[in-house]
Amino acid sequence: MIAAPALLVLAIMAPATGVVLAFAFGGRAAEWIAIATTVAGAAIAAGIAATLWSTGLPLRYVIGDWAPPLGIALRADGLSAIMLLTSAVVMGAVVLFARETFAQRPGAPETRTPLIFWTMLMGVWAGLNAVWLAGDLFTLYVALELLTFSAVPLVSLEGKPETLVAALRYMLFALVGSVLYLLGCALLYGGYGTLDLELLAHAVRAEPVTVLAAALMTAGLAAKTALFPLHLWLPPAHAGAPAAASALLSALVVKGSFILIVRLWFDALPGVAGAGAATLLAAMGAAAIICGSIVALRQARLKLMIAYSTVAQIGYLFFLFPLAGAAGHWSRIAWTGGMMQLVAHAVAKAAMFLAAGLIGEALGHDRIAGFAGLGRALPVVMLAFGLAGMSLMGLPPSGGFVAKAMLLTASVGEGQWWWAVVILIGGLLAAGYTFRVLAPALAGGPVPLVAPIPRSRQAIVLGLAVCALLLGLVPLRPSQLLEVGRPVAMAVSR
Amino acid sequence: MSLALLADGALVLLVLGLAFWVNAAASGFAAVVGYVAFGLLLALAWMRLAAGDVALTEAAVGSGATGAVLVAAAMRLRAAADPPPSWPGVSRPSTPNRRSADGRDTPGHDGGGDDLAPPAPYSDSHRDVPGHDEGGKPGLSLRLAALVLSGLVTAGLAGLVLWTAGPAPSLAEAATRHLPGLGMGNAVTGVLIAYRALDTLLEKVVLLLALGGVWSLTRDRVWGGRPFPRAIPAGNGALILLARLLPPIGIVVAVYVLWVGATDPGGAFQGGAILTAMWILVMLAGLRDAPPIGSRRLRLAVAAGPAAFLAVGLAGFVLPTGFLSYPESIAKPLIIAVEAVLTLSIALILGLLVAGPAERPPDPAERLR
Repeated sequence: MIAAPALLVLAIMAPATGVVLAFAFGGRAAEWIAIATTVAGAAIAAGIAATLWSTGLPLRYVIGDWAPPLGIALRADGLSAIMLLTSAVVMGAVVLFARETFAQRPGAPETRTPLIFWTMLMGVWAGLNAVWLAGDLFTLYVALELLTFSAVPLVSLEGKPETLVAALRYMLFALVGSVLYLLGCALLYGGYGTLDLELLAHAVRAEPVTVLAAALMTAGLAAKTALFPLHLWLPPAHAGAPAAASALLSALVVKGSFILIVRLWFDALPGVAGAGAATLLAAMGAAAIICGSIVALRQARLKLMIAYSTVAQIGYLFFLFPLAGAAGHWSRIAWTGGMMQLVAHAVAKAAMFLAAGLIGEALGHDRIAGFAGLGRALPVVMLAFGLAGMSLMGLPPSGGFVAKAMLLTASVGEGQWWWAVVILIGGLLAAGYTFRVLAPALAGGPVPLVAPIPRSRQAIVLGLAVCALLLGLVPLRPSQLLEVGRPVAMAVSR
Repeated sequence: MSLALLADGALVLLVLGLAFWVNAAASGFAAVVGYVAFGLLLALAWMRLAAGDVALTEAAVGSGATGAVLVAAAMRLRAAADPPPSWPGVSRPSTPNRRSADGRDTPGHDGGGDDLAPPAPYSDSHRDVPGHDEGGKPGLSLRLAALVLSGLVTAGLAGLVLWTAGPAPSLAEAATRHLPGLGMGNAVTGVLIAYRALDTLLEKVVLLLALGGVWSLTRDRVWGGRPFPRAIPAGNGALILLARLLPPIGIVVAVYVLWVGATDPGGAFQGGAILTAMWILVMLAGLRDAPPIGSRRLRLAVAAGPAAFLAVGLAGFVLPTGFLSYPESIAKPLIIAVEAVLTLSIALILGLLVAGPAERPPDPAERLR
């Protein structure tokens, strides 16, 4: 039996080893290495979450026994556990779904797309788990690099000129974000002589160097998270990638840089940002919800519509900063609500992109105007799409409902009712773009399909959508698991 | 004293002047040449600041390897701007290929496609980028915005450095104190390979992913083949002589830089970059062709460094000090051994990054299955 803290190391090293092995052996081995990694990764995530659940205490592992600030520590709190589990679930579904798309024929020479896909998938996972677990600002930077360098090739996997342009634009945004983040790290090290999140939290004061570092890092990470108006790179990138990769990018990769902002504001630099900065972030989030949803409503193609919906759904996450910043009951509600939105959107959006992938394969196109009769031809897929849409608009019972209801009550409870208005409008608009797809699909006779879709792949998509639904059973109160290892939240100085 | 000040002042002026020149250069190629020189001057500046490791890395990676990649890119852009050259292995003229009539791409094709466009038409798409004019050069407003933003960041940093009281807190003392236990004398190596070994290990995985990213730009039909449009013919006498004379010396220097990294500036990355330079010289002189990217031996060699680091890290679990720790009695030989394998892998990866995606179809016999 492995000691529980060692699981933190393995959570990052399992996919990292997968990358190295897939590179070394290539060919058909890459797919099997990815499958083995998925099984191991899921077991590790479950082990960490179970330990936190039963003990109620965070886990910590000091690498090489070099205590911070000289060395680095990995740390798992409730937030890490939830994100580890979410990543494992989405990864599992994507791996099962992608086996058909990225199969390497036995005995045939190695081809490009399978090797790149499976390698980059494990690279994304290593980066994500490093983001969830790292307790050090520079380790988090390396995690961001892992994410960027594995996500960009996924965008241009199909190799068409327009996806190459999208990938290049994504990379430019991501690299500028990385540079700003790194600059902030250097400033903080120069100011306090440590990069460890916990040590920083004790040392920081709201002085110019800290405020400048926080501003640079938040701006860089916001660009990576595609917060409006820095979202321009996201729709072409997420819509141009193959469906399995889009699911990963939209469900998980953008959440990585978001969690980093959370770690920065709540864990490393508590009390540095003022209420004004928190309101500014949330206002950008509100603009993302309104603009992203309206543009999503106007899209002719399904994958672009879903990508714009991601821009909108990311906006809700930023309500966390003004709502969960202060100590108190409403702040705890907002914390759970915000994290619930993270998880619910991840699962629902992965289901939606995978459904879009199946629709595209079945019809040979993804023009929404040509969806008449799809409900008869692919009932399971359309059901999954509808369930995922329910979660996005926030209808009960669904994870999206729990998330939005809690954010809504928190904003009313804290007297910041204007966020509640945006949440309600966003829900209506989400209903609009979901029904725009469902309505033609449910009308008309069956449409001829150009390719049959195996039941098993439809079941994977439905499984994810049902997960989004089951998240609706989470009780509407502050989650105990999510509060493991949380200091009494005080991100914003009042 | 005043002479040193004069030299430093001249260096600063040169660095600044070159930076402006790089931005003002008329052609991309000229800008790249300026950038390489800029990197070398910057390395000198780091030396003046007594940061030998940073200087070495800046010269080897910042100026050398990056410069090589940029030169290759500038040459391709120039080739793309002129009438298209012959790209062996590209028979089909590019673009909106294999799409259904409505312009939507067929999702989930099984990797059998051959959609990667050759560079020439790819550069056309720059016209769509907002804020760029016809030639793909950023427009005036975009350039002004970049100038203002860079100016603001620079002014902010300068202000912080100038008005911060007292010396910055530092871990340098702690980093030096623990070195004897590792058998090391260079604090930078100590940080990279012991105190923050996790970051270094993950960065090696990033290197692998970057290589994968470059390889992912290979056209499907030539996957597994060799980089460069054609085998480089044996060059002129002087180049061949250089490529025969320099590598033995370069290899000795690289081994020295790796070995000395334990106590002085140097290490795996710098040693690897020197090896890369030798390898590229041999390839450019036409003495050895670039290896096929589908070669089993190449893949194993590329992965060997990160794999060795990982294995040593995981072996640490049997020690009481845990993952990525070294038993004190054999710390130094173990670290040098890991760094030696890393040096080879880094040299290969950097060279392959410069060589770029495969452009020639592989021999059927040498394809990975």
